[in-house]
Amino acid sequence: MKKLLEKKSSSAGLEQQAVKAKARQGFFVGLPSIIYLLIFFLIPLGYVIAYSFATRSRTGRTELRDWNLDAYVRLGEEVVQAVAWRSLWIAVLTTVICLLLAYPLAFYISTRRPVIRNLLLIGIMIPFWSNFLIRTYAWRVLLSSDGLFTRIVEELGLGEGRILFTQPAVILGLVYGYLPFMVLPLYAAIERIDWSLVEGARDLYASGWKAFRRVVWPLSRPGVIAGSILVFVPSFGAYVTPAILGGNKQSLMGSYIVDQFMDARNGPLGSSLSVLVLGVMLIGTLIYFRQGGRNL
Amino acid sequence: MNQVSSAVELKNVVKKFDEVTAVDDIDLTIGDGEFFSLLGPSGCGKTTTLRMIAGLELPTAGSVLIHGEEMGLKPPNKRPVNTVFQNYALFPHMTVAGNVEFGLRMKKVPKEKRSELIDWAINLVEMDGLSHRKPTQLSGGQQQRVALARALVNRPKVLLLDEPLGALDLKLRQQMQIELKNLQREVGITFVYVTHDQEEAVTMSDRIGVMHEGKLLQIGTPEDIYERPTTRFVADFIGRSNFLEATVASESEVVLSNGDRLQLESDHTVGESVAITVRPERLTVHKRGESSTNQHQIDGVIDSVVYLGNAIVYSVSIDWMNLEVRSSETSNSRYSEGDAVTISFDPQYVSVVSG
Repeated sequence: MKKLLEKKSSSAGLEQQAVKAKARQGFFVGLPSIIYLLIFFLIPLGYVIAYSFATRSRTGRTELRDWNLDAYVRLGEEVVQAVAWRSLWIAVLTTVICLLLAYPLAFYISTRRPVIRNLLLIGIMIPFWSNFLIRTYAWRVLLSSDGLFTRIVEELGLGEGRILFTQPAVILGLVYGYLPFMVLPLYAAIERIDWSLVEGARDLYASGWKAFRRVVWPLSRPGVIAGSILVFVPSFGAYVTPAILGGNKQSLMGSYIVDQFMDARNGPLGSSLSVLVLGVMLIGTLIYFRQGGRNL
Repeated sequence: MNQVSSAVELKNVVKKFDEVTAVDDIDLTIGDGEFFSLLGPSGCGKTTTLRMIAGLELPTAGSVLIHGEEMGLKPPNKRPVNTVFQNYALFPHMTVAGNVEFGLRMKKVPKEKRSELIDWAINLVEMDGLSHRKPTQLSGGQQQRVALARALVNRPKVLLLDEPLGALDLKLRQQMQIELKNLQREVGITFVYVTHDQEEAVTMSDRIGVMHEGKLLQIGTPEDIYERPTTRFVADFIGRSNFLEATVASESEVVLSNGDRLQLESDHTVGESVAITVRPERLTVHKRGESSTNQHQIDGVIDSVVYLGNAIVYSVSIDWMNLEVRSSETSNSRYSEGDAVTISFDPQYVSVVSG
C-alpha cells in the first residue's frame, strides 16, 4: 500500500515536470516574436507614453524630466477638440457607409453557389494585391478636375463633381480602402447562419423583412461589430488617405499628430494625442470582445 | 366530396428541381384530426411534399388545399400550418420562451394572451422551469419538445413534422413516439408526419402514405400497408417479406417457378409475371408428411436456424430459393438444419404484386 502511494506521488511529480517542460517549450517557440514585439512595439509604445508626460524645451526638444500633464491639458484646447471631433465624425460616417454598402454585398455573396462565392471573395481581396498608397493616388487622378469621376458626376448633372481635397473625398477614399474589412467579417457571420432558421421564422408567420429583422440581423451581429471595429479604428487614425485626398484644409487626427512631431516640434502633444487615439481604439476593441463573448 | 372534413388536399401535385422530378403527380386527401404519415426512403420526395404544404416550396404543377382553401402562391407566413423541422431550427439567440412566443408575436397576439398561451404550450410539452434557457443549453430531446411547443402554441390547423425524432437515440425516440401520439389526440390537430422509419409510422399513424421515387405508391391504415401491400416496394420497405416469383394462370390461380399451382385471387392479367409476397411470421413450418389443413403448401429443407429469444427464424430452402420463416414456437417442435419440412400459409395473408 505504502509503495503504491509513493509510486503515485512520484508519477504526479513527473506529470508536473511534463507540464512545466511544455510551458518552457512554448516560451522558446514564441521567443523570436516576443523579442520582436518587445523591440518594435512595446518599447516605442513606452516611449510615446513617457513623451506624453515629458517637457518640451524652448528649441522643441523633448526632455524626459519635469514630468507633467501639460500635453493632456492641451487636448482640451479648441483646435485639438475640433480635429478630434472631426476625425471621430469621419470615422463614424465611414463605418456607417461601409456597413450599408457591405451588408447587402456580404448577404449576396454568402447566398451564392460555392464557386461563385469564392470568385466574389477573391474579387473583394484583389485590391489588396496592389499598394494602398498607389490606390489612393489613383483616386486623386479620378477625382481631379478633368478626372473620370468628376466628368461622370457632371455629365449626369449630379452637381459639383470636383470633390478632391474636401471631406467627401476623404470619406470616399476611406470607404474605398476599408470596405473589404467590413465585407469579410460580415460574410463570415452571415455565411454561418443556418437558413432553416429563416424558414422557421417564415413558417411562424414572419414576413421576409421580419425574418431578416428578428433572425438574420441579430445572428449576424458578431460580424457587424467586428467589421465596424475593423473600419472605425483605422479610419479614426487614418493618415495616408486624408493627406492625399483631403489637402491641408481639413486636418484630421493622423496628420495632426504628424504635424506635432514634425512641423510644430511638440513631442509631448503629439504623444498625448497618440495616447488619446490609442484609448479610443482600445475602447472599441473592448466593446468588440465583450459583445463577442456575449453572443457565442 | 366533403370539403370541410379534409385538412389537406393535394391534387396532381408535381415538383421538379431543374430536370429532376422530386414529386411525381401526387393525389392525397388527409382528413381533419388525422395522424397521417408520409413514409419512404430518403430522396423519395416526402420532405418536398411536406414543404409544399408548408409553402416553403411551390409546386411545379397541381394544387395544395388546406381546409378547402387553395394555397396557390401563398408564402409560408400566410398559411394556417406550422412545421417542426428535422433539425428543430430553434432560434439560438432567443430563450425557450422567446422561441415559443415568436409566432404569437408575428401574429400580433396581445401580451397577456401570449403569456397564457406560452405557459400552456410549455406545460403541454413538460418543459416547465426551463423557459429561460437558451436552446444550446438543452438536450436533443428537450430541443425537440421546444420545437413542438413553438409550433403548437399557434394552434395551427395542420402541424407538419419533418422527421422530428430522427436525431434522438432509440429509447427516447420510442418514448417520444407515444407522447406525440397522445399529444395529437389531446390537441386534436391534424398531424402530417414525414419519416423513413417504418416502425415509427406504423406505431403512430392513423394512415400511412408510402412514397418511392416521387410517387405515392399506397395509402392505407398501418394494417392495410403491412398485411395487404399492393406493390413489391411497399412489401419490401415495411417489415420483412418473402417474394416468390410466379405467373398468373387465371383470375384465381398462379403458377410458381417450380410448376406448383396456388389458388390465389389477383386482378393481374393472365400470363403476367408477378411475385407473391408473404410475411415470415405468416408462414408455418410442419414436419414433411404431417398433414396441414392448409392447401397452400410448399416442400422444403431447413437451411439455417437463428434463435432470437422470443422467436426462431428459419431459412428454408425450397429448390429455387430460400424462404424466411419466423416462428414464435420456441420451445416445442424445434427443427434443425437438414430437416425435411413443409411450409404452409393462409391465402388471406398473401398478396400478389407486380413482379
